[in-house]
Amino acid sequence: MNDLQLNPDGSLRHFLSIEGLKPALLEQIIETAASLEQVAKRAVKKVPVLRGKTVMNLFFEPSTRTRTTFEIAAQRLSADVINLDVQTSSTTKGESLLDTLKTLEAMHADMFVIRHHESGAATFFARHAAPGVSVLNAGDGWHAHPTQAMLDMFTIWKHKPRFDRLKVAIVGDILHSRVARSQIHALNLLGAMEVRLIAPQTLLPEQPESLGVHVYHNMEEGLRDCDVVIMLRLQKERMQGAHLPGGDEYFRCYGLTEARLQHARPDCIVMHPGPMNRGVEIASSVADGPQSVILEQVSNGLAVRMAIMAMVLGGQHEVRP
Amino acid sequence: MNDPLPHIPALLEDMAGRIAALPRFQATAPLLVGIQTGGLWLAEALHQRLALQEPLGKLDISFYRDDFSRIGINPSVQPSHLPWAVDGRHLLLVDDILYTGRTIRAAMNELFDYGRPASITLAIAVDRGGRELPIQADILGCRLEVPAGQQVKLSGPEPLQLEWVTHE
Repeated sequence: MNDLQLNPDGSLRHFLSIEGLKPALLEQIIETAASLEQVAKRAVKKVPVLRGKTVMNLFFEPSTRTRTTFEIAAQRLSADVINLDVQTSSTTKGESLLDTLKTLEAMHADMFVIRHHESGAATFFARHAAPGVSVLNAGDGWHAHPTQAMLDMFTIWKHKPRFDRLKVAIVGDILHSRVARSQIHALNLLGAMEVRLIAPQTLLPEQPESLGVHVYHNMEEGLRDCDVVIMLRLQKERMQGAHLPGGDEYFRCYGLTEARLQHARPDCIVMHPGPMNRGVEIASSVADGPQSVILEQVSNGLAVRMAIMAMVLGGQHEVRP
Repeated sequence: MNDPLPHIPALLEDMAGRIAALPRFQATAPLLVGIQTGGLWLAEALHQRLALQEPLGKLDISFYRDDFSRIGINPSVQPSHLPWAVDGRHLLLVDDILYTGRTIRAAMNELFDYGRPASITLAIAVDRGGRELPIQADILGCRLEVPAGQQVKLSGPEPLQLEWVTHE
């Protein structure tokens, strides 16, 4: 689907969405991340693969943790990193974005890491990028957040390496979640036995079954026998709109409590992409409990982002103009 | 027909004897490090023959290759793992074939990112000629003349043997 992100030989040219990638490529990301993990434990926490390359972090939407992990990941690969906070009020897509791209390319960037509030922004950048310049999608609108999905897959794989045996529940605001969309694609590509969405009707996209999932509106039923439960952040601004009642009532219906987690398998792991709303979508006792791998997800994000950057920038042999 | 290739167990026996006799390993036994994949097989075999107490280290130099930006990532990269601190220790680095010397340079760069060893000794089964860097083995199994268009390769892990590979 998204051939733009692949080189003719099938290797990664950009990393824009999970859709359109082959399962073997997702497995390669996981295995490469596993090889890069040990770098963090050494005296010198760097490998020289991206020595001399320049990575520009271009965040049109505020984000501390994602930007920081991309920054550290690039540094651990020995790249030079430049952070640009481009929080313009009413950036119109098209001309002005293109101007931004061309200006920064003129500064000899090799890779752009882009987060943007509009769906398709990273793809737009990739379509216009010069030969040898790569684009990584760090979240675009409601569309995709593929590096987050891959760090979640890596986290699951470390605990439960056989995806074909897994029942995974994704709980909460699926409708507005680029993370959920990317996770669903990744889980299906990796052959997960079952992907379940647990959410009220108002927080589900239209025809969710077309994504290859089973839909539940009740937590106890949806969590039954699950191996992995992924909680999504409930964005507070959504509660002011027509979508939802207040936070207390949401927690009563869809919050993950210790009692509810009992319905899942005893070794079920609990994930959350952060930042969490404690007492809204997840109880503190679960977030900090023995089944939570939420902090591991953050460390795994580093290894996965290193892997993707190394895979994208290694082997780009087009001659720069 | 190419020359008959040496028998690996005999080479290993001979190399193990010379390693054990090295003056720098008399006070403390070396820490063995094998380079993925052939070097690791040989390091395992040497580790057994030398009856070493401390576990073996393994290096995958994929992220240290000097041609990374040209050929890209090795799709079957394995984690490097050194189960001890290298600082102040005598290391014995093991690989199967010495050709240009670039792999050994990459391996030494990686080892120094773990710390500062007291010394590194290089043990190689086959030196096939063609050095491009000032790197040579301290303990060498044998030298081989490799005709143009041919490669020599170690297959394993069981049995460990050398074979000729013809390139187009």
